[in-house]
Parts: sequence; structure tokens; C-alpha cells
Amino acid sequence: MVERGTDRLKKGLAEMQKGGVIMDVTTPEQAKIAQEAGAVAVMALERVPADIRAVGGVARMADPEIIEKIMEVVTIPVMAKARIGHFVEAQILEALGVDYIDESEVLTPADELFHIDKHRFTVPFVCGARDLGEALRRISEGAAMVRTKGEPGTGNVVEAVRHMRMIMSQIQRVGNMREDELAAEAKNLGAPLELLKEVRKTGSLPVVNFAAGGIATPADAALMMQLGADGVFVGSGIFKSLNPESMARAIVEATLNYDDPHILAQVSKGLGEAMPGIEVSTLQEGERMQLRGW
Amino acid sequence: MKVGVLAVQGAVSEHIKMLEKCGVEGVPVKKDQALSQLDALIIPGGESTTIGRLIKKSGLDRQIIKMAEEGKPVYGTCAGMIILAGEIEGEEPHLGLMNLRVFRNAFGRQKESFEAELEVPFLGTDTFPAVFIRAPYVTWTGPEVEVLCRFQDSIVAARQGNLLVTSFHPELTEDDRFHRLLIAMARENSQETRSPREKNTVGPAVL
Repeated sequence: MVERGTDRLKKGLAEMQKGGVIMDVTTPEQAKIAQEAGAVAVMALERVPADIRAVGGVARMADPEIIEKIMEVVTIPVMAKARIGHFVEAQILEALGVDYIDESEVLTPADELFHIDKHRFTVPFVCGARDLGEALRRISEGAAMVRTKGEPGTGNVVEAVRHMRMIMSQIQRVGNMREDELAAEAKNLGAPLELLKEVRKTGSLPVVNFAAGGIATPADAALMMQLGADGVFVGSGIFKSLNPESMARAIVEATLNYDDPHILAQVSKGLGEAMPGIEVSTLQEGERMQLRGW
Repeated sequence: MKVGVLAVQGAVSEHIKMLEKCGVEGVPVKKDQALSQLDALIIPGGESTTIGRLIKKSGLDRQIIKMAEEGKPVYGTCAGMIILAGEIEGEEPHLGLMNLRVFRNAFGRQKESFEAELEVPFLGTDTFPAVFIRAPYVTWTGPEVEVLCRFQDSIVAARQGNLLVTSFHPELTEDDRFHRLLIAMARENSQETRSPREKNTVGPAVL
């Protein structure tokens, strides 16, 4: 008997991506550059988050034609984004055969109350989170991988750091709790009790946890890895930099050698300008993508 | 007994947990100086293009080849199978240690990933819970390669002397028989190195 779409298969693909870099790409040429540089997957998009910010308006799922063209040219997994709650975009992406769906705050949310019921899909999902409660809510809806939300398209790592530190310290705190304190903590965090029990027992999230949102340099990637990320997503940071090929390779090597400052110094040399950054405090509330979803 | 797990990218901790369960020390290997201390090596699942590129850049590729040539067992799961293969359909090989040809993503994309119970006569009568994730299979083997298991008509586990490969991921299951096989191969190799004796292939009897 052959089984497909099991939790083990969904989580398993994310486990195979650990220690790797997932790169946003908008064309087949960029996808090939990413693969050549050593990306473990690409995220197929119409625009990178920095451009979504600049253009404004409603950001939706990418044109399936773009996604298909990218799927044709690379052998690594291809991910694509659906709007929060937009389960029909997710159905379309699944029909296209993408390997992972990112239910993403980078796009304009389609539903202010409900996220996609991800258990109903064969394809695995990754979702953003700012804290442990949000991560566990997404996992209970069927997410097989989580990532920090950070503040996408800013080239500013401060929010990703905040979210990763928050999740890690909450996991540690739960690990130190007595069993009889968990029900109250589940209520505080807005997290399902069963998942919280699992976190207490294992000392980690039940799925892989990547860093995302604002990573723009090899040092940023290594910082997130030292803070406990299993791997990194780089959105605008590669193809908005002056020299995407070198930046992509350098971020891959920095993610592997995150704890070796000598190698980090080597790979950081002569990369040219990173993407232009935005100070998060200058953003209006409505411009902060991390506030989308709950 | 120390078994290394190549820790360049991929599912490293899962293999280390499995090795610990089998009662041996699992050591993540990033740098080449650690390799000479090891009795065996696992090349885990991950993205073969990423792992292949990074081991070439760091020179770990030559160290692994040396280790394999010394007779130490090396086990590749999924991407690890691709890294060890002598030929890859449509691509240049990485380590090229095994006389077999692999086909990447042979079963299709993630939505075609599957779990199945497989007959592996070499490991005994119980079936093996095989987890295939965007998995490769073997399309051709040389005469020195022993086929251990097939899914339908495709070769999904094989062995050539001290080299072992599976398309699937035992480290994501509770079944440790492939890991125990690797450990038994390592034990036999270290005994041989200490006191050379008649070569005899490790079989299920020692599992």
C-alpha cells in the first residue's frame, strides 16, 4: 500500500532543507542562479517583497505561467506563495505541482479570521510566526514548517531577530514549566495544549523553524543560525543586491559556516552593495506585513 | 565506535538520534579533520546539488573518497545516494564512488512523495517502512553492486562492498535495521584492519 501527503512526508521535506537557504526568484534565469549558488529551494514569485512594498495595492498569488517556467528549469524544490486564508490559490498551486506552499503575510490577506486548513492538502505548507503561540496555531492547522515573519522587503533583520528570540525563549520557558502549569500557559499563548505538551517534552518545535524577513547579508544569515534557526529564507536580499550571484553563494556558505567568524569574514568580502534597507520604525502600521495574520 | 554524519546540509540530527538509539556515538562532520577519527560515515538526505557543491568547495569530497577507499563503510540516504553514485542521469557525478546510475526526483515532485512497506529480504522477513521524499532511484548497476530492495521495478537500496545506499529515509522512522547494518559493517572493517583475516560479508546474522 502506498500513502501520500502524510504528516511525515510533509515535515520530512522541510527536514531535508535544514541548514540551507531558500531564495526568492521571479524569473527562470534567477532560479538557475539560485540553484547554481547552492540554494536548497526557490520561492517562485512575480515580485520580491521589496517591490511588492514599492508597488503597493493588492498582492496576490503569482501568475501560474511564471511558476511553471521556474519549475521547468530547476531540479530543486519550488515553493510558491498563497494569500493568508486564500485556500483556492492554494488549490491552484497544488494543482500546478509546487513542492511547498507559503501561506504568506507578504501577500495581501484574503481572510481576516481564518487561515487555510492545511490538513486538507497533500502539498506541505510553511507559515510565518512571531511567537510560539502563533507557530503552534499554524502547526495545529497543518503547517509542516514555520518561519519567522520578520519584516519582509526591508533588508532589516531586527524583526526576524525579535521573532526568533521570542520563540526560542518561550520554548525554553515552557521546557522549565511543571506539567500542571501548561494549561494556563496554553491559554496565555493561544496555543493548543497538546502541542505545548510536545514542546515541553522535546524542548523544540514539532516542525522545522527557519528564519525569514529582512535577511540581506551573509552575516544576517549567520546571526539567525546562531540564534537557533534551522535554515534561512532570503527574499529581496539576493536579487536586489548589486551582485546577486556572489551574494547568493556567500549567503549559502555563511549559513553552513555560521559559527566560524573567519570563514564569515572571507565570504563577506567584496560582495558590493547589499539591498537598500528600510528602518522599520519609519513604516506606518498598515505597511507592516508582520501584523497580517494572527 | 564513532559514526560521522556529513553535516553540510540536510537531515543530520535525525541520523544522529538513530545512531544514539543503536548505542553508538553520532558525530556531525563539517570539517575534514574529523574524518580520520570515524569508523563509518552517513551522507544524509538534503539537496544533492547543495551538498555536492559545498563538499567540493571545502575539499571534504576528497576526504570522503579516501575514507571509502580505506574500506570504511559509507551509507547514503536519498541525496546521499546521488552523492555516491558513479553516474547521474543528465548531470555530472559528485563522488562517483559506486558503479551505478541514479535518476534524481525519479518518482516526481513532492505531491508524488510516498510511504510504503517494502520487502527487504536481506534484513529479514519483516517489511521495512520506507519514506520516499522527492526520491531518486537506481536505473543501472554494475556487476559488483548487490541490489537489496526494489519498489515495484525500481532499485531503491543497494550495496557495493563497504558502500550502502537507499532512496528512502530510515532515519525518519523507528526502524533502525539499516543503521545497524552500517554499524556491523564498521565493526567488521575495524576488526579486519586490526587482524587481517578471511573476508566475509556482513549479513543479517550479525544484525
